[in-house]
Amino acid sequence: MSKQRKAVSLISGGLDSMLATRAIMEQGIHVEGINFFTGFCVEGHTHAIRKKDKAKPKRNNALWVAEQLGIKLHIVDVIEPYKDVLLNPKHGYGANMNPCLDCKCFMVGKALEWIKENDFDFIITGEVVGQRPKSQRAETMPVIQEESGAGDLLVRPLCAKKLPPTLPEREGWLDREKLFEFSGRTRKPQMALAEEYNFTDYATPAGGCCFLTDEVYSRKLVDMWQARSDRDYELDDIMLLKVGRHIRPRPHFKLIVGREEGENKFLEGYRKIFTHLRSTSHTGPLVLIDGKLGDDDLELAAQITARFGGGKTAEQVDIEATFTDGNTKALTVSPISPAKMDPTWYI
Amino acid sequence: MYTLDAKRLLCPMPVIRTQDKIKELNNGDQLTVVCTDPGALNDIPAWCRINGHKVIDSQQNDDEVIIIIEVNSGS
Ligand code: SF4
Repeated sequence: MSKQRKAVSLISGGLDSMLATRAIMEQGIHVEGINFFTGFCVEGHTHAIRKKDKAKPKRNNALWVAEQLGIKLHIVDVIEPYKDVLLNPKHGYGANMNPCLDCKCFMVGKALEWIKENDFDFIITGEVVGQRPKSQRAETMPVIQEESGAGDLLVRPLCAKKLPPTLPEREGWLDREKLFEFSGRTRKPQMALAEEYNFTDYATPAGGCCFLTDEVYSRKLVDMWQARSDRDYELDDIMLLKVGRHIRPRPHFKLIVGREEGENKFLEGYRKIFTHLRSTSHTGPLVLIDGKLGDDDLELAAQITARFGGGKTAEQVDIEATFTDGNTKALTVSPISPAKMDPTWYI
Repeated sequence: MYTLDAKRLLCPMPVIRTQDKIKELNNGDQLTVVCTDPGALNDIPAWCRINGHKVIDSQQNDDEVIIIIEVNSGS
């Protein structure tokens, strides 16, 4: 009997990788999924933070896809090594801070390490030629193969027939004829195949698989780097960019203002590491201060904090500031008037 | 009986920590995972189903989610 061939599939949680995986399983290959967590992935946690989204299912799409397919899923924390991809992308960024081409090379490279360690034979992705303007073009397909080191161990089942045969096809582990020749931005062939496989209720992420494709998120990230004059980051930094209103009234500090109860609760977890403000006379958000405050700054921060609470139209609002050493200071301020809230302060 | 503190971590970090911890454990061992992200209540059991481990109990008290898993490394 011929050897049972094994493939690992890059599962993003979207439809394409789900279809690609299924197409290979149909050919009798043992497939397991791999999902990389960069810290920027769009996943259920933002729903978990914001209470108003509670009605939506808080599922992790990659896990959900794996379960639908009946395959194992390995989630790999790549937060540290991913920094270099984001900070120094050889091929530059997409429309926002998304280094998609470098990111793909990196992930396929990591999958290659994984198959070597786990004695698997090849790698699958859900890529489609011409689907994304920057990272999924005919010219970038060989770049990913080459720079990841995966070469012809990388199979893209959805557009395989548009590309040169890979090793698994040449060796006869896969029947090339049963693979697909999707191309371009149309989603119709994917929809049709989804129907054929009976896939319903799959996730359709709009921009891409991560927050780096989001304009507002990217702006907050760049702002953070500029304010710190340093582009290094920790997981907490990039998580906090997903939460609250970010307001920078002065170059050396910004306020992170919880927008509702779920966010306030989440921000409470950071009270020991950030100076924070809260109204003691009215209801209102928890506000974290990122940066260093001078004496005048504290007054301004308190006025802004008052502006976002139940006392926004009151004459005076009591605010308590708690510093990272545990000391507190009580202030009584008038909420800043809307006219004085410079729109450019909002990041 | 082993315990994993995954408090304050947001999904999928509690899942990743659980996965990595289970790699060190033996068949039949029990692991209690304590999290604060309610998403873990769905994600950890989903990960266990996919990978063949058994969720013995899962509960949500106030702000904590507690999940008890029996390791099945034979799968
Ligand atoms: S959208 Fe994000 S995760 Fe997806 S390829 Fe681009 S940079 Fe990578």
